Amino acid sequence: MHIVVCVKQVPDTKIIKINPKTNTLDRRSAPAILNPYDAHAVQEAVKIIKMVGGGTISVLSMGPPQATEVIKKSIEIGADKGYLISDRAFAGADTLATSYALSKALERISKEEPIDLVICGLHAIDGDTGQVGPGIARRLDIPPVTNVIEVSELNEKEKTILLKRKIANGYQLIQADYPCLLTVGKEINEIEYSPLPNMIKAARYEPVIWTVNDLENVNRPQLGLKGSPTIVGKMFTPPKPEGGMKLEGNSDEQVKQLIELLTDKQDLFFTHVN
Amino acid sequence: MSEKFDVIVVGAGPAGTSCAYTCAKNGLRVLQIERGEYPGSKNVMGGVLYRKQMEEIIPEFWKEAPLERPIVEQRFWMMDKESVVTFGYKGLEWGVEPFNNFTVLRAPFDQWFAKKGVEQGVLLITETVVLECIVEDGKVIGVRTDRPNGEVYADVVVLADGVNSLLGKQLGYHNEFRPDEVALTVMEVINLPKGKINDRFNLEDNQGCTIELFGDSTKGNLGTAFIYTNKESINIGVGTTLSSMIKAKLKPYDLLDYLKTHSMVRPLIEGGESAEYLAHLIPEGGYHSVPKVAGDGVLLVGDAAQLVNAIHREGSNMAMSSGKMAAETIIEAKNRNDFSASSLNLYREKLYDSFIIKDLEKYKDAAHTFENNPQYFNDYVPMMNRAASKFFTVDGTPKREKQKEIMRSITGERGTFKVIQDVYRAWKAVK
Repeated sequence: MHIVVCVKQVPDTKIIKINPKTNTLDRRSAPAILNPYDAHAVQEAVKIIKMVGGGTISVLSMGPPQATEVIKKSIEIGADKGYLISDRAFAGADTLATSYALSKALERISKEEPIDLVICGLHAIDGDTGQVGPGIARRLDIPPVTNVIEVSELNEKEKTILLKRKIANGYQLIQADYPCLLTVGKEINEIEYSPLPNMIKAARYEPVIWTVNDLENVNRPQLGLKGSPTIVGKMFTPPKPEGGMKLEGNSDEQVKQLIELLTDKQDLFFTHVN
Repeated sequence: MSEKFDVIVVGAGPAGTSCAYTCAKNGLRVLQIERGEYPGSKNVMGGVLYRKQMEEIIPEFWKEAPLERPIVEQRFWMMDKESVVTFGYKGLEWGVEPFNNFTVLRAPFDQWFAKKGVEQGVLLITETVVLECIVEDGKVIGVRTDRPNGEVYADVVVLADGVNSLLGKQLGYHNEFRPDEVALTVMEVINLPKGKINDRFNLEDNQGCTIELFGDSTKGNLGTAFIYTNKESINIGVGTTLSSMIKAKLKPYDLLDYLKTHSMVRPLIEGGESAEYLAHLIPEGGYHSVPKVAGDGVLLVGDAAQLVNAIHREGSNMAMSSGKMAAETIIEAKNRNDFSASSLNLYREKLYDSFIIKDLEKYKDAAHTFENNPQYFNDYVPMMNRAASKFFTVDGTPKREKQKEIMRSITGERGTFKVIQDVYRAWKAVK
């Protein structure tokens, strides 16, 4: 079993500041971290390998040389190998060009060891589009299953995987043939506290770094800024919510007021599903 | 059995990193373990980095280290409630290479320093707490961390785990602090635009200033306050021994608020935005509090060895030098392949032969003297202020008469004999 997890280095959006004049992210104001959803993706790969009793976990990232940090972080969680594609040719890529570049890197990785599963985070916390995962699946011509919340069974003989997937009003059970691509959210697992040997391995680890020349059959105009048709029309900070009220008085009085509010204005608080 | 290293360093502050860096540079296999999210995330100091000891580890570090400002001026303030007597020195020779000291912010500086260690081959792991030393037949052979499969082994374990050194305590090397052995310092980093700092402190862009404040800055308790200029922020803090705080029923944050709103201080920080609030224990027991620093397979460095000179607010420099001495000792021990207490005791000899213990020895009774004789802070500082006010007020009184009057008022308040005794006692404490 060979699982590849795609990971991204993102600014910590809990901390990041937005320049009020230009409405752009001030990337220097926040440390770069492993996209939290991707951490869960790596953790899920660890769980699956444990479930089937062995295999390899590779992680793949695209970014500047300092993105090796998120590969090291993935090694801490339990990945075996890491690949970084890093080249000026990839710079300025939107989700279309990114998924193209990553799919080319995945093709290269699959030559070293055939890939059974690709796992991506549901979306990155800086862009929030969730397009790269499905984009990769389409290019590799494998089925994408988004928003997976549980990997229930994996049948290596039949090459099928049983998945639970979150949908608007509940969840859906899916059996998919693999190779396939999953995207996962935070509820799929808890990140485990990494064992010390993983930490030491990560501190020592140097990922494989590929430039565009290391990838095969690449159509260069599809890479980087050139390959990115997305135009950012406008960026803005969401307006602060208005209105609302603050309950006053001691806790008994406040609870009473709250109950009155909840019973009087039910439509404000509950959505009725018919 | 888990992996074995030549050296495990616990902690990534100045002491630990100096030791790890020097060991790795000399070809030893070093594992450095830090509990914080990154080196510097848990580390606190007033903010002065001493050039000399840093340079002995990384020559010309100022060319690449994230420093704030070279310090060109040191001021000392003897504060009363609504006045201050000042004294200081400003010299432009401190503003050019090789500089004297710098202000730094610890988070970026410690990260940079640790990265230099990693470049030398140190394996640095973070977010990992060392729970205890693994001891076998009285010899430290490794550490146990809070992670699964968390044991790791080494010939020597260096404890650079800071002032509270839980690991040092577990080994029985030092005891719980007495309240007079340790100071609690609270500080704030206050953001201010560069231009405002330059104007208020009479500085240019690449010049820094430090102010040490005595007297009313601690409400007359044993301790000091400080104000240091960074590029675009000010560090302001105050510390007193725990015993004074207990005696005076003071809360540390109240003391910092008092300082920030003091009429002599307020204009310097006015309009600033508080960016960080930090608190830290500082070992101030000095010479008498230095624990056993070397044992079978183990060394203590920096704050963990209580190496702080409270009188001169030096600590990070002693940490760095002690880390380097520990590394040199380990390298020699490795050559002999002998990591016993007697072999590692070379570190103690180096320490006691250096400025570190010599300085601590010089001031070994100073804190005690000042603590037991509160008149130095309580009486003399206000007296100085009154004397200065009297002397510089132009009111038609002849200057000679004023001098006499001032002397009379000083000896009158405490008595001639007492004053002579106080001067002698103070001189003896710091001679």
